[in-house]
Amino acid sequence: MSPDAGTAGPVTAPGTITGEGSPTAEDAAAPYERVERYELSVNGGVRTVEDAWLGESLLYVLRERLGLPGAKNACEQGECGSCSVLLDGEVVCACCMLAVDAVGSTVVTVEGLTAGGEAGDVQAALLEAGGVQCGFCTPGFVVAIHDLLRRRPDADELEVREALSGNLCRCTGYGRILEAVRRLQEGRARGVG
Amino acid sequence: MGVVLPTTLDEAVDALAATPDAQLLAGGTDFCVEVNFGLRRPAAVVALRRVRELRHVDVTPGEVVIGAGTTYADLCAGRLRDVLPALSAAARTVGSPQIRNAGTIGGNVATASPAGDTLPLLVALDARVTLCGHEGEREVPIGELLTGVKRTAIAPGEVLVHVAVERPHGPQQFLKVGTRNAMVIAVASAAVVLDLDARRVRVALGSVGPVPVRPRLAEDEISEAIDWVHLRASDAAVARFGELAAQTSSPITDHRSTAEYRRHAVQVIASRGLRRCLADVA
Amino acid sequence: MASASTTTARRGSGVGESAGRPDGVPKVRGEFAFSSDLWMDEMLWGKTLRSPHASARIVSIDARPALALPGVHAVMTAADVTGRATYGVEVPDQPVFASDVVRFHGEPVAAVAADHPEVARAAARLVEVVYEPVEPVVDPELAVTAAPLHPSGNLFRHVRIRRGDPSATGDVVVEGSYEVGMQDQAFMGPESGLAVPAEDGGVDLYVATQWLHVDRDQIAASLGMPPERVRLYLAGVGGAFGGREDVSLQIHLCLLALRTGRPVKMVYSRDESFFGHVHRHPARMWYRHHANRAGDLVKVEARIVLDGGAYLSSSNAVVSNAAAFAAGPYRVPSAAIDGYAVRTNNPPCGAMRGFGAVQVCFGHEAQMDKLAAALGMDPVDLRLRNALEQFDTLVTGQVLTGATPVRECIRAAMAHPLPPDPTPRDPMMSRPGGAGLTADDGDVRRGTGLAVSFKNIGYSEGFDDYATARVRLEAGVAGEPLATVLVATAEVGQGFVTLAQQIAREELGVADVVLAPAATSDVGSAGSSSASRQTWMSGGAVQLACAGVRRQLLDRSAVRWGCALEALRWEDGAVTRLGSVDRLTLAELLDAGAVEAEHEYHHRPTKALDADGQGDAHLSFMYAAHRAVVDVDPGLGLVRVVQVTTGQDVGRALNPVQVTGQIEGGIAQGVGLAVMEEIVVDGGQVRNPSFTDYLIPTTLDMPDVAATLIEVPEPDAPYGAKGVGEPPAISSGPAVLAAIRDATGLDLRRAPVRPEDIALGVRPA
Repeated sequence: MSPDAGTAGPVTAPGTITGEGSPTAEDAAAPYERVERYELSVNGGVRTVEDAWLGESLLYVLRERLGLPGAKNACEQGECGSCSVLLDGEVVCACCMLAVDAVGSTVVTVEGLTAGGEAGDVQAALLEAGGVQCGFCTPGFVVAIHDLLRRRPDADELEVREALSGNLCRCTGYGRILEAVRRLQEGRARGVG
Repeated sequence: MGVVLPTTLDEAVDALAATPDAQLLAGGTDFCVEVNFGLRRPAAVVALRRVRELRHVDVTPGEVVIGAGTTYADLCAGRLRDVLPALSAAARTVGSPQIRNAGTIGGNVATASPAGDTLPLLVALDARVTLCGHEGEREVPIGELLTGVKRTAIAPGEVLVHVAVERPHGPQQFLKVGTRNAMVIAVASAAVVLDLDARRVRVALGSVGPVPVRPRLAEDEISEAIDWVHLRASDAAVARFGELAAQTSSPITDHRSTAEYRRHAVQVIASRGLRRCLADVA
Repeated sequence: MASASTTTARRGSGVGESAGRPDGVPKVRGEFAFSSDLWMDEMLWGKTLRSPHASARIVSIDARPALALPGVHAVMTAADVTGRATYGVEVPDQPVFASDVVRFHGEPVAAVAADHPEVARAAARLVEVVYEPVEPVVDPELAVTAAPLHPSGNLFRHVRIRRGDPSATGDVVVEGSYEVGMQDQAFMGPESGLAVPAEDGGVDLYVATQWLHVDRDQIAASLGMPPERVRLYLAGVGGAFGGREDVSLQIHLCLLALRTGRPVKMVYSRDESFFGHVHRHPARMWYRHHANRAGDLVKVEARIVLDGGAYLSSSNAVVSNAAAFAAGPYRVPSAAIDGYAVRTNNPPCGAMRGFGAVQVCFGHEAQMDKLAAALGMDPVDLRLRNALEQFDTLVTGQVLTGATPVRECIRAAMAHPLPPDPTPRDPMMSRPGGAGLTADDGDVRRGTGLAVSFKNIGYSEGFDDYATARVRLEAGVAGEPLATVLVATAEVGQGFVTLAQQIAREELGVADVVLAPAATSDVGSAGSSSASRQTWMSGGAVQLACAGVRRQLLDRSAVRWGCALEALRWEDGAVTRLGSVDRLTLAELLDAGAVEAEHEYHHRPTKALDADGQGDAHLSFMYAAHRAVVDVDPGLGLVRVVQVTTGQDVGRALNPVQVTGQIEGGIAQGVGLAVMEEIVVDGGQVRNPSFTDYLIPTTLDMPDVAATLIEVPEPDAPYGAKGVGEPPAISSGPAVLAAIRDATGLDLRRAPVRPEDIALGVRPA
């Protein structure tokens, strides 16, 4: 498979924080309150955030300041699960958390799960079962399914549906996603993957 | 100053006193949405997530005390499922699993939405809410705390510490009507409690008034009508209970539903809740 | 003939196999770059200011307070539009920015660029617009005679179909009125893009869209620039479903980038997304069906009014479909059908999956059930009896020359086993009301319903529709043959990128196929990723281009061997020579350099409808049947859809897993429209522009789905494959409505069904 297909060519997601996208010194009268500097523990590393607005959500800071666009911005009100991340090991919506309120907690995003390989079989199962279409909800589902199967490996179908009911998908009707979860449960029960 | 991240209640109260324009942040599930939508612009924030002493559930023979920082997920798990099953059931209907991991009972009470899912049971049980300000603590009955749509009697500088309810002996139920099978704002909800010791039915209705509605007349009549020895009530009495409950409600028509349907729905779910309670102990 | 296949995966990489998506790995890793993930140094953030009124005169606009805010780089209004002041996918009737009047709640009035999204939002609020509100026209029936809301008038189009004997009447006549609410595409990835000023004075735009070239032409016109200086690149698209057919933020972004000289990014918030794209037309429908006592349809009369909202968008084509498919996939000798699309001060409506066929399906299928009841017939038998067959004639006079397996679809949907009956032991959460735990065992009633539908594939009424593809075959790094496919086809999630690879592998016999990024500057138009057309159109173009590559390689072989072309054969990715053991592998042939071929695929011409709505307007048709099983709590009016089974005419499944994904996803949207999805508009004001209040199905709402693919190859279509995207979203909703009527005995006439319609509904006498 070629990972380049369908991507946007020369324009990339942000790199590490450089200050671009945030106000510069001459904009001192910018109409919002700044938080001078704070540090976040993200995907096992310490990341510094400088000169941010107090009201920036964890989602915004991850995506626009820390170069981690895996968590998605579909509703910004906790009604879709696209921005699911693990906060101290629990799945939460990054849009419903002020970034400064994550100081001192550990944040793991889909990129972190990918780099560490923890969600490798979840990702493979979603692909194998056909659970990915436009893919916008997919990172959120990866995080939520990973979390569910770690906590409740034997969850029955109703429990799976309840656990994933905060992750909206508009393309798949969930059929292939639920199929991926079934295959994962069978695979893990057999000790595969 | 921007943000303060206290780890104790005292620090939180001090920080609020030091920064009168600071806004209190609990789980963030309502707060952040308002910020994201440009409806709230915090100049300073006191975030309560690290105040460990606010996140606890204490069960004693007579009482349950729930720290304000207890999440909905906490309420769904552990002993509360047996001790206050209707509160667990209500918490399980709040938003999504992600929201239930972040949102707190203190936030639900302080936000005081007419559709706040934990509020009907707390009102039915006459919960007492403890607030702490620079001058010290005070306790306010929840019926007095909730003063209107998203309005409370919490004074500036006060932090919601915990809610306490007496432990009723008897079954309790929570039913919530929404147009989706999960992750939905209540169109109508009802908490029904059978207090076997006091021989009293207690009920509160959500989303059918600015604050949860406590239909006292319905409670009085059904408490009289129930055969407390055999734990039975006639169909007519249960139906009458639902009707009286509905009559007490004052729902509105909005984009989520109509007043007429909400009134109908609380009648149905109040009656069903009562029937389930009676069936539970029978 | 018809072969029904189940949806087991055939793993492999050629046509007909369930190949994996080439974009799958980056998507599951969170590395796929959606249009909202783009970023550049020195990038600014754009924000749109929208009208709070559905109808108003603009007295004045003062941008100075916004410009005075530190961090603000530009504020653009109608006065700053450098080219054509209006745009539109069919006809440019919609202002880039409102200037003198606003015609709907949420119409753009200004756009701002600033160095932080919060500054942009604050700045947009500081633009001082003085409005003089005008009473909005919101009733589509009244709009036709109301004073014109726009220089083009209030009637977009009247489609009049007259066929057969106007005086024909049936022994049995049933009549009904039906209504469908405004559905939203609700794709997960909000509108977003990044515009970058280019050195040649033009602009590069990275954007999520359904049709790059038609966007480009509209943008160029409004910028007053030649199209070649506006280059569009497809950024990752987070779903579309018709909602990205119209331009939303594209022109605004380009104007801001050109004005500021800096890259400008814009990402709609969810509420803005609801204001920023067109919706499915709300419909009011009246029907009268006539049949003889044996159950043969005699005549269908219908009047359909679609509320097009403030601007045209694709209303003209939607209403044409609504009229053409108003009678459903049945033999109807006589018809009198009138479809109207009108302008109001409601939000603009246009393309959404199913495109006019969805609304009327609620009507014709309710009518078929009503007719079956009046005849004392089984509703399935009535449909089987009247089902269209190959060489039947439609109400538009078009003879069906393609595969027409309507009966097979119905039988397949009905053949799936029914789900187990509800029991007292079922978890309460699995009952209607779900997590709200509202229903006890005795509160639940089960119902079953069937609905059948059809719809056209591709663009109609004489539109010269085409798609372009270029394929290059060369020696890869290690000498292995490498094919590169270049199409401007918008991958919106449907999986065309997978199909393009499958087709190239099949046609060229190579393993390695790379897709070049889709862009306007490198290749001609692919047409829109809509109307279930890309498998046929862009698939056909890729197939043609591959054939062109093969021909060149055969030519090369003929020269090398000094023989006639006729002596050569293409076999397993190599060229062989008749009567000899000579064989040239691709690697050997590509030693002499790469080969490249570009082709346009055009489908056979269609014709405009005449004054009686007659004509061969459509290329081909897709058919589907859906059976729904629902549990209803009549006391509260809550519903859980338990199961939807379907038989769908797919021609040939080129990727069975992807077809299944389209079917399940389309059914989710049909279920949503049946029981929960509606944009509530009150006096022109949108009341629920959020995912809190515009509800789409969750995992706890989605039924089990069982699908049978009916594979009867379509004679004209590449590989015999029909489109598959739209049919699942058409009759699934009407089947759910029929099942709810079956469970409750209520004469439900409106979709979505609201709890109060059931709980407070009146049982028919």
